[in-house]
Amino acid sequence: MHGLSLYKIKKGLLKKDFTSIELTEYFLKRIEKYSHLNAFITVCSDLALQSAKQSDKKIAEGTAGELEGIPIALKDLFLTKGIRTTAGSKMLEGFIPPYESTVSEKLLEAGAVFLGKTNMDEFAMGSANITSYYGSVINPWSKDKKLVPGGSSGGSAAAVAGGLCAAATGSDTGGSVRQPASFSGIVGLKPTYGRCSRYGMVAFASSLDQAGPMTKTVRDAAIFLKVIAGYDEKDSTSSRESVPNFEAFMEKPVKGLRVGIPKEYRINGMSEEVMRFWEKGAKLLKDAGAEIIDVSLPYTKYALPTYYIIAPAEASSNLSRYDGVRYGLRVNGVSLNEMYENTRAEGFGDEVKRRILVGTYVLSAGYYDAHYVKALKVQKLIRQDFVQAFEKVDVLLTPTTPTSAFAFGEEPSDPITMYLNDVFTVTVNIAGLPGISVPIGLDSQERPIGLQLIAPHFREELLIQAGSALEEAADFPILKEIAS
Amino acid sequence: MSYIETSSGKWEIIIGLEVHAQVISESKLFSSASTKFGTAPNENVAYLDAAIPGSLPVINSFCIDQAIKTGLGLNGTINLTSFFDRKNYFYADLPQGYQITQFYHPLVSGGYVEIETDYGEVKKVNLDHIHIEQDAGKSIHDQSPIRSFIDLNRSGIGLMEIVTKPDMRSAVEVAIFLRKLRSILRYLKTCDGNMDEGSMRADLNVSVHRPGTDYGTRAEVKNVNSIKFLTIAVNFEVERQIGILESGKKVKQETRLFDNSTGRTIAMRSKEDAQDYRYFPEPDLPPLRLEQSRIDAIRESIPELPDAKSKRLQRDYNIPYYDACLIASEKEVADFYEKALCDVEPDENLAKILSSWMTGELFALLNRYNKTIVESKISPEHMKELMILIKTEVISGKIAKDILELMWETQESPLAIVEGRDWRQITSEDEIRKYVREVLVNHNDKVVEYKNGKDKLFGFFVGQVMKITQGKANPQILNEILKRLLDT
Repeated sequence: MHGLSLYKIKKGLLKKDFTSIELTEYFLKRIEKYSHLNAFITVCSDLALQSAKQSDKKIAEGTAGELEGIPIALKDLFLTKGIRTTAGSKMLEGFIPPYESTVSEKLLEAGAVFLGKTNMDEFAMGSANITSYYGSVINPWSKDKKLVPGGSSGGSAAAVAGGLCAAATGSDTGGSVRQPASFSGIVGLKPTYGRCSRYGMVAFASSLDQAGPMTKTVRDAAIFLKVIAGYDEKDSTSSRESVPNFEAFMEKPVKGLRVGIPKEYRINGMSEEVMRFWEKGAKLLKDAGAEIIDVSLPYTKYALPTYYIIAPAEASSNLSRYDGVRYGLRVNGVSLNEMYENTRAEGFGDEVKRRILVGTYVLSAGYYDAHYVKALKVQKLIRQDFVQAFEKVDVLLTPTTPTSAFAFGEEPSDPITMYLNDVFTVTVNIAGLPGISVPIGLDSQERPIGLQLIAPHFREELLIQAGSALEEAADFPILKEIAS
Repeated sequence: MSYIETSSGKWEIIIGLEVHAQVISESKLFSSASTKFGTAPNENVAYLDAAIPGSLPVINSFCIDQAIKTGLGLNGTINLTSFFDRKNYFYADLPQGYQITQFYHPLVSGGYVEIETDYGEVKKVNLDHIHIEQDAGKSIHDQSPIRSFIDLNRSGIGLMEIVTKPDMRSAVEVAIFLRKLRSILRYLKTCDGNMDEGSMRADLNVSVHRPGTDYGTRAEVKNVNSIKFLTIAVNFEVERQIGILESGKKVKQETRLFDNSTGRTIAMRSKEDAQDYRYFPEPDLPPLRLEQSRIDAIRESIPELPDAKSKRLQRDYNIPYYDACLIASEKEVADFYEKALCDVEPDENLAKILSSWMTGELFALLNRYNKTIVESKISPEHMKELMILIKTEVISGKIAKDILELMWETQESPLAIVEGRDWRQITSEDEIRKYVREVLVNHNDKVVEYKNGKDKLFGFFVGQVMKITQGKANPQILNEILKRLLDT
C-alpha cells in the first residue's frame, strides 16, 4: 500500500477498498517503524485518526472532498493551529501557532488527513537537511552508506519516498522542493511565484518562497497543486490568475511541444551520469514527438550569486522577529540587547547565522548599491533571459542537480560548494517561474536522479504535460526496501 | 526677516519638522486590528502586529485614501506608483524587527502650508514629501525595577509622516505652522491632531548660523509631543547651539531627546553611531499603484479648507481678517457661525457683530467651561437672536454680556431672558430725558462743579441714570441728552 500513489489511494478510498482509518493507521505504523529516517519532527497520531474517522463518514455520505481521507505530511514551516511548528529551529521552541496557514487550511478543507510535521533544514536554509535542530534526515534510498535526502524539504522528501505518507507539502526558495525530490526519487513541483498563498508559512525569503507538492507521481502533483493554489486576500503577492485543472494535462500528448535545452547548464562539476540522464530525457521526449531545440540563457552563471544576495538579505530581515520577546525561545540577559544576543546566539544554528550575517552585510549602508541593488538588476536580466527563451520554446529541460545524493560525511566542506547544489534550481526562483523535478532513473550507485522542467509564468500545466511524458518513458523504479 | 540678536551679533534659525500624524481609520495600516485608543494593553493586536510567523501585511485601502486626501489638502503631488520599504532595527516594541515605511518612493511629493507669521508676513512652509508607515508599540518601563512591559495596541497603526523643508525661522513659526497643519488635517478628517494622545508627534531639525552664511550643523530633536514643548525645545536648542558657537566650538550633528520634565534636550546618539536601518524594498507588498480616477474622486470629496473658508468669510460677510481666520480655523466653529447667519437677510452689520461676539465673549465662555464649540450650551439660533437684539438696540451691549451668561446657564432664549427680566433697553428720548433731569436736580451741587470745569463728573451723571434705569438706558441717547442739558 505504501507504494500507492495519491491518485490510487483516492480511488481506493472512494471504491471502499480500504478506509481512511486503515490507511492512517498503516502510515502511522510505518512512520514508527522507519523513525530512524527522522523524517518527522512531530507526529499527530490522535488528530490524524480523528480526522480519518470524519473522512470515512464523509466518504460514506458521499460528501468527500478532493483529498478526502488521504494521509499527508506537512513541512514544519506551515503553521498548523494548535500543532507545534518549529521550522527546524530551536528558536521556535514551544511555539504553538494560533492560526492555520492558507495552504494547510485548503488541504484540510479538501479532507486531507495530517499525519504530522516533517523535518527540514533550519528555517529552510540548506540543501542536505543537515542543519535541522531536530537532527538530520536519512534518504530512504540509502544502502550501505547513509545518504542525505536533499533539502530543505528533506523530511517531506524522505516521507514520500519512504512511503510514510501519500504526499507532502514542501517549500521552495532556491530549490528546496525540487532538489530533495531529485535526491529522493520523487516528484517535486515549485509553482509560479504567487500561485500559492504564503500566508502562514514561516518566511525565509519572501520574494522567492513558494509552497509546492512533493508526490510520488506527476499526476499526484497535479491533483495536489489544484487544491493548494489560488488567490488569497491575506497574501498581497498571491496571484488572481485562474487555476486550471492541471490533471487534465496528463493525457495531453507532447507531440509538437518545443523543449529547450539551455547550453549554459553544462557546467563544471556536473557528474557524467547526470549529463547522460539529461540527454536521455531529451531523447525520451523527442521519441514521444517533442521538438528539441538548443537555447541560451547567458545570465545563468550569475543566478547563484544573485540568489545568495537577495535571499539572505530578505532572510536577515524576516528573522529579526525571533528576538525572545513574544514567543519561542528566550535566553535572558541583563539588558534588552543582551537578551537579544543570548537568545539569537542559542536559538539559531550556524547556517542561519551565516545567512543573517551575509544578508545584514549586503543591506548595509555603503554596500547596498554594490550588492543588493546590483543583484536586483541582474535578476531583471535573468528574467529577460527566460522571456526570450520562451519565445522559441514551450518548456526547458535541465538536470535538477549537478550530482545525485551524497552520503553523510561526503558533503562539501565549504558552504560555497554546498550552495552549488542549487545552481540549476535557483534561476527558476530568481525568475519567479514554475519548475518540476521528475525522477528519470538511478545512477550506477542506485541513487535517484531527477530532471527539471521549467515553464513560463502560470503555465504549470505544461510541466504536467511534459512531466507526465517524461515519467511514463522513464519508468522509474519503486523503492522496494528501506535499509534500517 | 526674523533674526535673533545676542551680544555677538545676529543669528538666523533654520527649522524643519517631521510630523507623525496618525491616520484616522477604524483599523490598522496593514492588519484588521482596531485602532481604538484607551483599551486594555494588547487588546487590539492582530497576528501581524505581534509579528507571529507567517503573518503578512495587507494594505488598508482606506488609510491610503486618507493619505491621498491629506496630500491633496496640503497641495502635494500624488505619485501614481509608490513603494513600501523595510526600515530594520531591533527594539522590544517593534515586533517585526522592522517598520514598513516608504523610504525610496513616497506616496506624496512636495506640497506646502501657508502661514501668517507673527510679524504679519504670509509665507509658504514647503513640504518635502509625505509617506505612510506603521507605528511601533509602546514600551512601559515604570511598572517594575527589572522588567519592561510591551503594549502592542499602537503597533501597526497607520501614520503619515509629513516632512517639511527647512522653512521655519522661529519657535513661533513652528507653533503657527503646527496649528495650521492640525487645522487642515482636522478639516480633512484624516488625523485628529490630538498631541496629548500621541496621534500627532513631531521631530525637530534645528540649526543656527550667521545671516548670509551657510546653514549651520543641525541637531535632530525627537519625541516632542505638544506645541508648547516644541516651542521650549526650539528655544533651548537655539540657545544651546549659539552658546556652543559663541564659545568657538562646533555644533555636533546628532539626535537629541527632549525631556519634558526639564525642558532640555539631551544627546541620544551622534552621527557616527547613527543606526544603519538597512532599508530595502518590502517583499511582502507589491508596488502601490493608483488610478487617476481614484485620486480625482478623493479630490472631489475635499471640503472647503481653512484658507479658502477664511477668504470666503471675509468676502461674503465683510468681517475682519483676524476674525475670519479664527472662525475658519476650526470647521465646527465656522459651521456655527454660518448656521447662526442662515435664514437672515444678508446684513454685514449683523455678521460683524456676530464674528466679534463669537471670537470674544463666546470663546471666553467656552474656555472658562473647557468646552468645544460642538459642546456649547448656546445654540447658533440663540446666538443669532441675541445678535439681532443687539443690532436693533433692544438691549445694550453691556446687558447682552449678562444675557449671554444666562443663556449658557439656563439655555433660555435671549428674548425670553430679556422679557422675563424686563431688560429691554430704554430708547425713548422723553423717558431718558425724564431720568436725566431727575439726576441733575438731585445733584445740583455736582452740576455746579461740572460747569466750573470738572469734566470728569460727566461719567458720574451717566452712572446715576444707569443706576435708576438698571443699566437699560441706551448709552448713546443718554450721552446726547445729558450733554445737551448740561451745556445749556
